[in-house]
Amino acid sequence: MDFTEYPSRLLQNAVDEFSKLPGIGKKTALRLVLHILHQNKDDVFKFGNSIIKLKNEIKFCKSCNNISDTDICKICSNNSRNHSLICVVENINDVMAIEQTNQFNGIYHVLGGVLSPMEGIGPDDLNILSLEKKCKENKVNEIIFALSTTMEGDTTNFYIYKKLNKYNIKFTTIARGISIGDEIIYADEITLGRSIVNRINYDEKINANI
Amino acid sequence: MQLDSLNLVNFKNFNQLEINNLLKINCFVGKNGEGKTNLLDAIYYLSFTKSYFNTIDSENIKYNNDFFVLQGKYKNSDEIIDVYCGVKPGHKKKFTLNKKTYKKLSDHIGLIPLVIITPSDINLIIGGSAVRRKFIDGVISQFDKEYLNALLKYNRVIEHRNKLLKQFAKNNIFDKDSISVWDEQLINYGNKIYKKRTDFIQKLIPVFQKFYSFISDDNERVELFYKSQLTEADFKSLLQKNISKDTILQYTSVGIHKDDLILTLEGRQIKKIGSQGQKKTYFLSLKLAQFEFIKQICGFKPLLLFDDVFDKLDADRVSQLIKLVSDNNFGQIFITDTSIDRLQKILLDIDIPSKIYELYNQTITLKNK
Ligand SMILES: [Zn+2]
Repeated sequence: MDFTEYPSRLLQNAVDEFSKLPGIGKKTALRLVLHILHQNKDDVFKFGNSIIKLKNEIKFCKSCNNISDTDICKICSNNSRNHSLICVVENINDVMAIEQTNQFNGIYHVLGGVLSPMEGIGPDDLNILSLEKKCKENKVNEIIFALSTTMEGDTTNFYIYKKLNKYNIKFTTIARGISIGDEIIYADEITLGRSIVNRINYDEKINANI
Repeated sequence: MQLDSLNLVNFKNFNQLEINNLLKINCFVGKNGEGKTNLLDAIYYLSFTKSYFNTIDSENIKYNNDFFVLQGKYKNSDEIIDVYCGVKPGHKKKFTLNKKTYKKLSDHIGLIPLVIITPSDINLIIGGSAVRRKFIDGVISQFDKEYLNALLKYNRVIEHRNKLLKQFAKNNIFDKDSISVWDEQLINYGNKIYKKRTDFIQKLIPVFQKFYSFISDDNERVELFYKSQLTEADFKSLLQKNISKDTILQYTSVGIHKDDLILTLEGRQIKKIGSQGQKKTYFLSLKLAQFEFIKQICGFKPLLLFDDVFDKLDADRVSQLIKLVSDNNFGQIFITDTSIDRLQKILLDIDIPSKIYELYNQTITLKNK
């Protein structure tokens, strides 16, 4: 769409910003912007400020990289949780999905992605060193792999396993009844909860057989 | 499975064309440019939901029109199968089976199996190794989904690994741990593919040799070998041995993506010593072997299309070939050729229901045998 179609430069700027969001095209962006334009000033200020405040003040947990309001997140600072049981996930939304099942009492470690040379993601781009540090310094009994069951996810499991195998840790993987390539965010709560409870021993050969 | 009638509207060079009561052997003759090959392409289209020669659909529409329609009526024992295809740019391609529209085009593929042999199949002999790997992969994938899966994964790991090697070179580093996790995957899929290719080629060889010796009337000795680096050493040690080389080249120099078929005639590479006719006999026999495997997989005889492959093949071999495919191991055959005399002569010798059509200026005329 050409800018001459917009009656205002300010309108166009707002539409351009909204359409940068995932899944939002120019048409939807225009609809959202016009909607905001018709709301009262207080609501719009609240909306804008919440985003600015989010970006300015949000923290990433120094221990697990989950989002948090404090240096150490609620999960990591909760003493009633089992700190020797670590669930390794790709992203923050995986933490939210697993938390919703109420079936997991350990702590998390958010990698921030999976190994993928084609996308330029190597071990240094993931929070693997901090996971190793945890294993070295604390008592870690078990690591649960909950990465997506793609080739890249499998390779990442394998990489971590090879790195941390020397620390006398039990490795498990969540037993998912969902097809290869699905991300855990799409599994329903009950299935996901069950798969954490019924997790299976990680065997490097499992990885090799997929 | 037999095509009984074919109907085209605005397809390639034809405005409208209808052919009925097709038989076991059907020949289309005419000068180049009359559209014989387009008729075969229409038949191919009805099996694979796309053209063999041009996958840009808008270019398959007759000039100055905005749609094309293909319709085929097939007979399978007592059952009649009606396949309709309508293509109009800007609209979803419509494919129906007995008036029922397919949701996914891929659901149709496999219903009417078909093998087409064209002059460009000479690339199986004279082309690069990728052509021969594609041939092998195509046949195995048809009956082995696990193979296809391993192949797709293997290719993806290769891409990852090559990218990693490039990143190492760019940053002047080498991270053994990073590359070894990809190697493990590569070894796993590579070994699987190697084993399945070995098994398949063992089965392919006798079938291929049987066809070659029939067409050449037992005159020549042909052999076919599977060549793979994995035959000489196990994949793991190959990768280890070549890692410095790979790092310099910035790509993976060993693996089943380097496999090839060695095709020989009297113990020497046919690519180098074979005559045009021998090379043609060779690829015809390979394709007929492919036909044989597809037949086994689907349990009935696929359609078989010969597009202008008789040129430079001596009369004896053409007649042997026709004799071969006329027998009961083969199903319905479609042939295009420029020479009506040649076809009439061959078909006179065999007692099989056949028809010769002549194409001229968009009209089709039935000729006497
Ligand atoms: Zn935390």
